[in-house]
Amino acid sequence: MADMKIGAYVCQGCGLGERLDTKALTLVAQKEGKAHVVREHEFLCNAQGVAMIQKDIDEGVNRVVIAACSRRAKTEAFGFENVAVARVNLREQVIWAQPATDEARELTQEMAADYVRMGCAEAKKVVAPTPNAEHGTDKRVLVVGGGITGMTAALEAAGAGYDVLLVEKTGALGGYMAKLHKRVPYQEPFADPQATGIEGLAALVSQDPHIKVYLNSTTTRTSGAPGRFSVDITTESGQTATENVGAIVMASGFSPYNASKLPELGYGKSQNVVDQAGLEDLARAAAAKGEPMRRPSDGKEIKSVVFVQCAGQRDATGTHLKYCSGHCCNTSMKQAMYFKEQNPDIDTAIIYTDLRTPGNGEDFYRSAQRKGVIFTKGKVGSIDVDGAGSATVHFHDLILDDKAATMQGVDLVVLATGQVPNSGVNIDIPPDAEDVDAAKAGEHAVSVLNLTYRQGPDIPQLKYGFTDSHFICFPYETRRTGIYAAGPVRRPMDITQAVEDATGAALKAIQAVENASLGRAAHPRSGDLSFPTFRREGCTQCKRCTVECPFGAIDEDEQRYPQFNESRCRRCGTCMGACPVRVISFENYSVDSVGSQIKAIDVPDEFSEKPRILLLACENDAYPALDMAGVAGHTSSAFIRTIPVRCLGSVNMIWITDALNSGYDGVMLMGCRHGDEYQCHFVKGSELASYRMSKIDDTLKNLNLEKDRVRALEVAIADIGRVPALINDYAAKIKEIGMSPFKGF
Amino acid sequence: MGDINTAMAEQYRNDFLKEVEANVEDGQWVKMCMQCGVCSGSCPLGPAWEHPPQEIFMMIRAGRRDEVLKSESMWMCTSCYNCIVRCPRELPITHIMHGLANYAHRLGLAPKMNPTRRFAKKFWNNLAKTGRVNEIELSVGLYFMDGFKTGIARAWAMKDIGIGMLKAKRLNPFGFVTHKGCKDKKGIQRMLKKAREIEDRRKGFAA
Repeated sequence: MADMKIGAYVCQGCGLGERLDTKALTLVAQKEGKAHVVREHEFLCNAQGVAMIQKDIDEGVNRVVIAACSRRAKTEAFGFENVAVARVNLREQVIWAQPATDEARELTQEMAADYVRMGCAEAKKVVAPTPNAEHGTDKRVLVVGGGITGMTAALEAAGAGYDVLLVEKTGALGGYMAKLHKRVPYQEPFADPQATGIEGLAALVSQDPHIKVYLNSTTTRTSGAPGRFSVDITTESGQTATENVGAIVMASGFSPYNASKLPELGYGKSQNVVDQAGLEDLARAAAAKGEPMRRPSDGKEIKSVVFVQCAGQRDATGTHLKYCSGHCCNTSMKQAMYFKEQNPDIDTAIIYTDLRTPGNGEDFYRSAQRKGVIFTKGKVGSIDVDGAGSATVHFHDLILDDKAATMQGVDLVVLATGQVPNSGVNIDIPPDAEDVDAAKAGEHAVSVLNLTYRQGPDIPQLKYGFTDSHFICFPYETRRTGIYAAGPVRRPMDITQAVEDATGAALKAIQAVENASLGRAAHPRSGDLSFPTFRREGCTQCKRCTVECPFGAIDEDEQRYPQFNESRCRRCGTCMGACPVRVISFENYSVDSVGSQIKAIDVPDEFSEKPRILLLACENDAYPALDMAGVAGHTSSAFIRTIPVRCLGSVNMIWITDALNSGYDGVMLMGCRHGDEYQCHFVKGSELASYRMSKIDDTLKNLNLEKDRVRALEVAIADIGRVPALINDYAAKIKEIGMSPFKGF
Repeated sequence: MGDINTAMAEQYRNDFLKEVEANVEDGQWVKMCMQCGVCSGSCPLGPAWEHPPQEIFMMIRAGRRDEVLKSESMWMCTSCYNCIVRCPRELPITHIMHGLANYAHRLGLAPKMNPTRRFAKKFWNNLAKTGRVNEIELSVGLYFMDGFKTGIARAWAMKDIGIGMLKAKRLNPFGFVTHKGCKDKKGIQRMLKKAREIEDRRKGFAA
């Protein structure tokens, strides 16, 4: 931009005026930062201060440097339109992070001056982002799956005024819930099984003018991005309709774990051993005829039923499902009540290892006990069925420690097998790899969405085949923007939870279409207008960005260059951090904008005993933690210079090399936890950063520097006391290894 | 007594639980136990029990009739009420323990020489006779229930407490002769007899 005009404003409020020489700071901005306009103000965020800045903007200032509080504070006051704003955090991370003593004054002032230099450097390299012109405006929501989750999502979205397409594989709506005789109670007093009400719900869906239902259909191709997905919906007969939608809710549900894999529990050997789904079939068939349930093998009266919990679940040996499916304890109690309703004298025993009754299940548990359902803590070893169809259950009674306990003369055994998610193809592991989900071994996984994305046809999974989502903060978000997983495909759950999930996912889908139609980012940088672009002539087609993007936003075009689908992008900058030739950038965040800040500071010479430590802090957790440490009055080393980054994944290794080359004595990185229990807002960012950092030793060796010159740390947003301690530890370490030899070059 | 004291219970069936529900005081609570074990952990005499309450409840559900009724365990309860206070399911555990002991005793299955049982019996007979406990008679009876020699030894061991009680006039040494009982002894005895009849009828014991 030819006529770049920087305005730098130094606030004197909140104690800044007393602790710092603000006049000197304006001179730094003017002389070193090359600011065209510099001003001090005693209370910059008040109406007068803001009006002062706005006046300068009206008179031609197009880059604004605000040296005041954290970028996380006063965002509305300093939210000037159409200009790039750089925030210099003098309050939380300078004066509040340093002791208010006369001795500390010099170092505090040096710190503030460096941050002003960095702010001016940043302002030169960023422009106010303008929305991407490529965005789509389709606001229809596609729901894949017509079970309770899918129908709820469809009704919620339709109720909010959005058109919905509902695709169901089978010939009728209802899903697994339609196979139930009754459901676990969801209303006070949580004492008796309740009617499912699924027919009523299906009728509502069919009659809703906003919902278009495709039965006997699957999604055979999905391409595009939020706001402009194109989906092929193919019926069983082979007819394909192509529809355009703005967002997708994936509610493909679960399949019961295949009980045939449990021959030791008698399944498949006798009709009198059924799984929970089998018992629902029995109950519905009997109810349809108005008769009591009878023994499947010979139609005899049932006098004794045993329920085996965790059949093929929570299996530590790895043969069966490793996890708990969450609903089965309540379900078995419900099924035991079917028998108690039929005849209270029927003996019903539930053998469990740990009874888990989420939601209001505790009331339901008590109700089952009151009705005389017997609960026995034990582990079932095997089940034999004799020729007459009567079963013997051998188990280890864990309370009485009786390894040879038996229940004899059992007429019906019900196995509580778990939920296996219908999540399609696991795109992260090849089908013949070892860590394939036990439930799916030998079965060919069929894709649900058939995405045309470069990274694979379905949404990524985290564990046990369940879809990956940021479990704590954004449970419905998958790693494919605009596609939201809900129901048991996301994690094992019961009907009540699935309804909640569906509602949440529908609302996220609505947010997605609205954001997409304005060209804005979805969570967690919700509303961000910037998007990545790349310099085509510099690109070496290495494909790292397309592989590493946690959200599958980058495809390849015909000439094998990366093709950014901006609406799928979450703006984490992981591609920018990955790019070895540094051609990827955002309008307001680039290798250069951070690199310039790194190089802008004043590095005292080797003999000053004033080291300089660069801290690249994740803006989601580490940077707020640093701010809050300042608020809480924790002081830390004055030699630290912090730059917030969108995600550690966006850290390009050149920043670290540059920092060390320009005389910094150490570089710290603070990001979120990674691994299975990750807390990274961008899922893979911190993991990729840690992988890249594992290779930093070579760089350090080449520079002939000590290993400790770079330190990467995992922090959480609540680490308010820990973060300053980590800084001080590192500052002490730097003091111990001595000053960098690279100063003054 | 009919055939009730020889009834058989099938393992892990509801028969014994139902029997307990019908015949044991507060027995209808047994099915509500959720096996958390807080009672067993709270019992000050816990280590002395062969089967702590949690286990007793499980044994009832497992149909171990003989083992439960012949057990010394519930006779160990000192009625401190710790378990009742702490039970998250609010089971009246102390009452159930006494109820079980009483039921076992009525069936004649309780351990014959259990000291608690023998003392309880002495106490009851002493009380029922006059409607009021004759303390000196009860304590002497208790000391000497295993014979003269052990009686002397026990009395000697307790002599300081005994003398203290005498001095404080908490024990009447002439109670053997001066104990009067309540005003309407016949009335009390009639009431107890009637109560027994009602209970026997309800629980199926032959009169």
